[in-house]
Amino acid sequence: MSRIAKGLTIAVLAASLAACSSVSLDDKAGAGGADGSGILDPFNPQSILAKQRSVYFDFNSYSVSEQYRSLVETHGKYLASAPQQRVIIEGNTDARGGSEYNLALGQRRAEAVRRMLTLLGVSDTQVETISFGKEKPKALGSSDADYAENRRADFNYKR
Amino acid sequence: MTLDRPHHLLTKSKTFSLAFAGWLLTSLIAVIALCHTGIAQAQLRVDISGTGAQQYPVAIADFSGDAAGSQIAEIIRADLTRSGQFNLISTSGAALNVDTTIAYDEWRTRGADFIAYGTVVRLPDGRFEIKYRLGDTVKRGPLDGVSFSGTEKELRRISHQIADRIYEKITGIKGVFATRIAYVLKQGKTYELQIADADGQSPQVALRSREPVISPAWSPDGTRLAYVSFESGKPVVYVHHLTTSKRSPVANYKGNNSAPAWSPDGNTLAVVLTRDGLSQIYTLGANDGANLRRVTRSPLIDTEPTFAPDGRSIYFTSDRSGSPQIYQTGLDGGEPRRISFSGGYNISPRISPDGKTLLTVTRRDGSYRIASLNLATGAESLLTDGRDDQSPSFAPNGMQVLYAAVQGGRSVLAGVSSDGRVRQTLSVLNGEIREPTWGPFSQ
Repeated sequence: MSRIAKGLTIAVLAASLAACSSVSLDDKAGAGGADGSGILDPFNPQSILAKQRSVYFDFNSYSVSEQYRSLVETHGKYLASAPQQRVIIEGNTDARGGSEYNLALGQRRAEAVRRMLTLLGVSDTQVETISFGKEKPKALGSSDADYAENRRADFNYKR
Repeated sequence: MTLDRPHHLLTKSKTFSLAFAGWLLTSLIAVIALCHTGIAQAQLRVDISGTGAQQYPVAIADFSGDAAGSQIAEIIRADLTRSGQFNLISTSGAALNVDTTIAYDEWRTRGADFIAYGTVVRLPDGRFEIKYRLGDTVKRGPLDGVSFSGTEKELRRISHQIADRIYEKITGIKGVFATRIAYVLKQGKTYELQIADADGQSPQVALRSREPVISPAWSPDGTRLAYVSFESGKPVVYVHHLTTSKRSPVANYKGNNSAPAWSPDGNTLAVVLTRDGLSQIYTLGANDGANLRRVTRSPLIDTEPTFAPDGRSIYFTSDRSGSPQIYQTGLDGGEPRRISFSGGYNISPRISPDGKTLLTVTRRDGSYRIASLNLATGAESLLTDGRDDQSPSFAPNGMQVLYAAVQGGRSVLAGVSSDGRVRQTLSVLNGEIREPTWGPFSQ
């Protein structure tokens, strides 16, 4: 799925969540396999909080772009409503450049997400930001698509 | 190239000729790493190219008396060759032992200004006694002579020590062949922090992990390594004692802990923490992590600290100007001074042992190269021409630079003389070598 399509899907999901937060989202719920995207439980693999937990960044960019704001808001609203829940925001970069400087850049991405969460009412004690820099790439190649996949901050919820 | 040539004690005219000037030396030394207990098996390959601005013609005869003698001479020759500062004269047909009366004129005629030779004797207890001599064919007299004894395992180290003596006697500069290097070897999903001889031989595994290990840094006395390990799920700074293999976290705060650098007295570590937001530089006690103190205060990134040789200031990378550049700051605050100005990306500062030259990784036309900056004149030169050259580190005598390069899509260890003229690469057939760092003089 293209990044834009992914972003749109998230936006639609977020909008539907906001619109009918107390209503069962679809009629397949009765089939026992609720698609679960309406469940705000980061440990339920069907929940949007588990499925949509990555914020992607443009090259040389360290701010959350418009298309990921609703995703961060979804996580932020959940965290604000669950003050005991802790989360680690893990920043990543593509492979270009030095290890330590990339570690610092990944931290900037994680911090950008944390600042949004703070504005959404999430307590600082719930959130730790760390960076893997370029050391733990999700995509191992060196194409532009691989690099884009690795310019990322992930929500990692702690049990 | 604008770097000053180091002063040579011997400045007499060498037989270095134009015939050699354009000559590209490419020697290939394929060797199997020695396997001791707990030692990684890896096939290493060393490639060397280029020649030094000045080459000393030297003959190294096989040491006589034992089969180990030719191996000792071969290690000495390989060491001197890698420096790019020596032109090896053939010793074929010569059978010299430590008591031979050297026919200086004959060696001079062969083209050698210096002749090294010696004897190896296997003692009844299985140990070896190695007697070495160095003669000067121009002055027609001895330059050096010393005896060593050691086990078979120690022959390699003793050979490096003899090479160091030859190097120092001839160039006037302390040799680094008996020093060690550290680097991270990634094989599949395994990361190994390895310690090897300066020629890449005899690698030993200090740490094996399934998680990344970066930024190894030698303590000034060579007994400990500080590094960053991701084993707990995030970057944490450890100090690892090499003789006991004992290790403990010294910086494990909220957020990231990284980029350790030792003060010259070995008592203090500079580290980078994100406990207060973005990456900033702090100092703490190298033994216990106590006395945490914040050194830099900027709204953006400050990272990669490295101490000046006098221990009174720190060079570091900061993007406070909008792009990453090198700055220098005193340890007790004050406004940092910008050091690098060429180009929009200068990171990974490393200062030469004499404090006069700063290495950086600089981005030029999308490629990452090692640059050398003369701090007095501001003159800058590029030492390398790779696509992705990273992690430069000076040899303790300042004559060589070790760095990580990418060749054929794989990370390799590379070296270049500080004047950029001689290059070498060392690759491991089944792994990637990263983050190399040169250890101090052996003590």
